[in-house]
Amino acid sequence: MTGKVRSWRHYVVLGSFAVAILLLAWRAIDLQVINNERYQSKGDAAHLRVVSIPAHRGSIYDRNGEPLAISTPVESVWANPSELLEAQGELAKLASILGTEANALEARLVKRSERSFVYLKRRVTPSLAEQIGALTIPGLHLQREFRRYYPGGEVSAHVLGFTDVDDAGQEGVELAYDKWLRGTPGAKRVLQDRRGRSIANVERIDEPQEGRDLTLSIDRRLQYLAYRELKAVVIAHKARSGSIIVLNSRTGEILAMVNQPAFNPNSRASMKGEVYRNRAVTDLIEPGSTIKPFAVAAALESGRFHPNSIIDTTPGVFYVGRNPVRDIRNYGRINVSAIIQKSSNVGVSKLALALDKAYLWEKLVNVGFGSATGSGLPGEHGGLINDFHRWSRIDHATVAFGYGMAATTLQLARAYAVLADDGRLRPVSLQTQLAPSAGQPVLGANTTRRLLRMMEKVASSSGTAPLAKVPGYRIAGKTGTVKKNSGGRYSDNRYVALFAGIAPASRPNLVAVVVIDEPTQGEYYGGAVAAPVFASVMAGALRLLDIPPDDLNLTGGSGLRAARGVASGQVGSL
Amino acid sequence: MLDSSYRVQRLGERRRIRWFFLVRGLHLDMPLFTALVVLSAVGLGILYSASGQDVNILIRQSIRVLIAFTAMFFLAQIPPHHIKRWAPWIFTFGLSLLVAVLTIGEIGKGAQRWLDLGLFRFQPSELMKIAVPMMVAWYFAERALPPSNAQLLVAGLLTIAPTLLIAKQPDLGTAVLICSSGLFVLLLAGMRWRTVTSVILLVIPLGWLFWEFGMHDYQRGRVLTFLNPENDPLGAGYHIIQSKIAIGSGGIYGKGWLNGTQSHLEFLPERSTDFIFAVFSEEFGLIGTILLLLLYLFIVVRGLYIANEAQNTFSRLLAGSLILTFFVYFFVNIGMVVGILPVVGLPLPLISYGGTSMVTIMIGFGILMSIQTHRKLLPA
Repeated sequence: MTGKVRSWRHYVVLGSFAVAILLLAWRAIDLQVINNERYQSKGDAAHLRVVSIPAHRGSIYDRNGEPLAISTPVESVWANPSELLEAQGELAKLASILGTEANALEARLVKRSERSFVYLKRRVTPSLAEQIGALTIPGLHLQREFRRYYPGGEVSAHVLGFTDVDDAGQEGVELAYDKWLRGTPGAKRVLQDRRGRSIANVERIDEPQEGRDLTLSIDRRLQYLAYRELKAVVIAHKARSGSIIVLNSRTGEILAMVNQPAFNPNSRASMKGEVYRNRAVTDLIEPGSTIKPFAVAAALESGRFHPNSIIDTTPGVFYVGRNPVRDIRNYGRINVSAIIQKSSNVGVSKLALALDKAYLWEKLVNVGFGSATGSGLPGEHGGLINDFHRWSRIDHATVAFGYGMAATTLQLARAYAVLADDGRLRPVSLQTQLAPSAGQPVLGANTTRRLLRMMEKVASSSGTAPLAKVPGYRIAGKTGTVKKNSGGRYSDNRYVALFAGIAPASRPNLVAVVVIDEPTQGEYYGGAVAAPVFASVMAGALRLLDIPPDDLNLTGGSGLRAARGVASGQVGSL
Repeated sequence: MLDSSYRVQRLGERRRIRWFFLVRGLHLDMPLFTALVVLSAVGLGILYSASGQDVNILIRQSIRVLIAFTAMFFLAQIPPHHIKRWAPWIFTFGLSLLVAVLTIGEIGKGAQRWLDLGLFRFQPSELMKIAVPMMVAWYFAERALPPSNAQLLVAGLLTIAPTLLIAKQPDLGTAVLICSSGLFVLLLAGMRWRTVTSVILLVIPLGWLFWEFGMHDYQRGRVLTFLNPENDPLGAGYHIIQSKIAIGSGGIYGKGWLNGTQSHLEFLPERSTDFIFAVFSEEFGLIGTILLLLLYLFIVVRGLYIANEAQNTFSRLLAGSLILTFFVYFFVNIGMVVGILPVVGLPLPLISYGGTSMVTIMIGFGILMSIQTHRKLLPA
């Protein structure tokens, strides 16, 4: 081997080394300098994730600041199935804590093993969360969520509605005010490993915006009272369903709104959709005789009748064409006031037919029939009242006693609030009204005061609803007993019992409407079924709201004593 | 250069003279030794990071480093002529073990690489990394160079036989190393470039045959994946894509020790073993990468210097082959991690987690040191 060959060989070897090392160095520069940003972002994309921070949903309070719906932080248990399945030995323990079978748990995990996120149990109790947290099984995680809790349970279920598992409003106020109540979830950037576990918080991008609280006009005490009374009467009369609404007639605020059957919003698992319905706003009823005060109001407003105008209702039946309009018995010649007191269909039909149909229609529409109340509750029905052009003569007559039109319980309550508040129509509201709207005058104050006096006689021993009396207070109201219409025919054995009333009649403050659908046991008349419920709810409401008694008639016997009993502090200030 | 002892004397520093002879008595080549210590220290540091700061792994690896350095130290004490005398026996022993592995070898990691000797498990292919260059160097030691074609053929067979046995196991990475260690001896022995060219021309059709009939599907897959990793981002290409992301995201200055995200978040597979370079590169950036390459380069240059200074053919061929194989070793590993070579499953020498290959490599360096320190001080 010559030196020349050797050195040549050395140069080749050394040269190859230099090329090889430069190749590696060039590659490093290529990756780390030239394409640095590309790989940087690829890397970030792989391990930086933006995850949302749940926001607290606003609480719902009643008018006195009592909580009706609150959100509490809870933990949900989730797993990465493939990872959790590796810890076979721990599955039995986990299953027993979660209250399931190990086999079932495993089967579930295997079925979803392609996913990386599976809820095992959502919204667990704090003690369960603690037990889960104490386990150190890879692939098992807890996630903070909020659970909605309704302290009142069934009592306000329909008004409040409920939220779904993702905290979004589904019914009632929860749905209607979802935007207000719902917080805006925040966002944070976290460092995640390949298995999707969060390793560390990197930065907060958005702070979660907590949802706003909501104060409703509802009074929890009245709500409970109405709930209790309604449930009792529905059970006692084996009724299909029922609703009660209590309104503040001066502001349009809804103080109570209950329905039966109800549901427990805290545990809805076994509930059927039907019970979720807030019947007081979604279901239509033919208002029957409870509409009569408005027909009479139209008659008085027309100037052609006054309370003492005499109407001949003999012989207790009256034919409009071939269709009979019947009273329960022959009331003979009675005045307008007695039409209300006795609830004479014949009398009110004659009044109605004496009026122009457009005029009658206008009066009914003006007090709110046929249009939504503005409560904003989901699923609210606006009611049905045909255009007067399409009224036949019998329609013209029957609409005056509440057939051939339909309204919701809430609409009826609002219409009675017009009578209670000197003829002013206000939108009803679920929120407290510090400065209630002036209202739109739709009936004359003279008319409504006259009507209240007529309706007071309803709740007298000679009226249709003596059971509606509340000791110490003057009550103005009207019964209704409606034959249910099914398939175009009116049934002879299925009724809706109604009572709508105003108290105190001298200075009206509250309106309450009671609707009992299909009482099948015992009485079915509005005066017998709905009026007593009205009386107990109204009695409690007047007392709870410290509304001064206005019936100090000593001869009434129980009146003053009762008044002293329920509002002793107020008597002196009368 | 060592006959310059009089120069030391001239400086009049007796203490330094004593130190010099002490080190000489230990038979260590100080520049090489220092570089190896630094490299091992860097390796332990990056392993600590790659293992997720697992102290147990660090302790285990430290013990291996100590064992490997001890092995190196013992080999350094053995004069090269002893090594030369043992070469055929070691080679024969290793070759028969390879045959044994293929016939009675225990199945380990899906491949027959291990031989269970009762007390410990032994990988004969590791032994061959040393035995093949020893054997080929021994073969050429007493023969006139440059070798004849017949001699080249014999030496080629000595290389190819163990290579095929190991490729059959299958362990492609080690096969590549052993083949190149033998071929390096041939090259250093003075094989004519004409021969080199004709061998290369012969290898291309042979390579095609090997591809068609000699490779396992997963080996072919690795090559194909190397050619286009994005084809299979979740499967075979995942390793390369992730390691490129890790390295690329390191930038010029790196993310800092223990701060690599790709590796620590478990995106990077085999981050303690074959792909540890990606962890290093992510955490120490381009600057660290270049420094590490320079450290490897220094070791290789020092090894070549030792080979050049060797006083007989056996020593020179063996030293040259060992150091060139070391170069191939880290070049193939880094090349595969940065995505310019296929994934063949070789660890990064002296840094990756694992003991066997480290001991083998340090034995090689022990031999280099022996060659360097057992020279006659004065020219004969």
